[in-house]
Amino acid sequence: MSGFFALDQYANFIWAAYGVSVLGIAAAIVLCVQAHARAKARLANLEKEPS
Amino acid sequence: MLRYANPKRFMDLSGAALPWLAGAAAIFLVAGFYLGFAAPPDYQQGDTVKIMFVHVPAAWVAMMAYGLMALSAAVGLIYRHPLADAAAKAAAPLGALFTALALVTGSLWGKPMWGAWWVWDGRLTSFLILLLIYLGYIALWNAIEDETRAARATAILALVGAVNLPIIEFSVRWWTTLHQGESILRPGGPSISAVFLWPLFAMALGYTLLFFSLWIVRIRTEILERRARSLMLGLS
Repeated sequence: MSGFFALDQYANFIWAAYGVSVLGIAAAIVLCVQAHARAKARLANLEKEPS
Repeated sequence: MLRYANPKRFMDLSGAALPWLAGAAAIFLVAGFYLGFAAPPDYQQGDTVKIMFVHVPAAWVAMMAYGLMALSAAVGLIYRHPLADAAAKAAAPLGALFTALALVTGSLWGKPMWGAWWVWDGRLTSFLILLLIYLGYIALWNAIEDETRAARATAILALVGAVNLPIIEFSVRWWTTLHQGESILRPGGPSISAVFLWPLFAMALGYTLLFFSLWIVRIRTEILERRARSLMLGLS
């Protein structure tokens, strides 16, 4: 397993590139899903309110 | 096409397609990651070639997202279709994210390979301009309160900014740039070896499917928010 991830002298640059990509994508997924859940809950509350 | 683009039908269709799209994105991203790390070092770049597997797909999606945003903006401007406006608005933050990822990962590749984090060459500069256009577009949406006026103003900005797409694409041909020329979509076929091409394809497909999944979630959110706003107006 460690052989699979063994990298040359520029390993720090490679891991930094993958780290930034994973963080960016993970943040986008979390923010999009959270915003959707909030909008859904807000609409459900408004629809419950008597007009 | 526009028949299928009413918000109710969009919510039904996208709700059914979303789990499949997201699942396929996850499969291709895991496969791309595995193939990328299983690939041998390049004879010139060594292991830094692995950065290409996250840099190139991010750059590709950044440009595709802008193309889709400009197309949606044009449909919104011409047909006054609210779903098209929502689609354009929803694409911008995602496009900005992938543009930023392409710039940062490119910089992390540039330092060991070129000896510089940044150079003002045609490709890099036009890509930085793409990020600035995205940020300007998002800022303009937030600056105008009236939704119809905001949609029109941002659509014009998106269409004007679309001029930058061919500049990015052809910058490596028009100017002498440090950035390498086309190596995949070029006359005579790809110039890179299949051991690097497969992980690149898998990651590019994974990134593309991920973008569409997130775009759909954001359009659905925008539709729900618009419904909530119109309900609030009705209640007040």
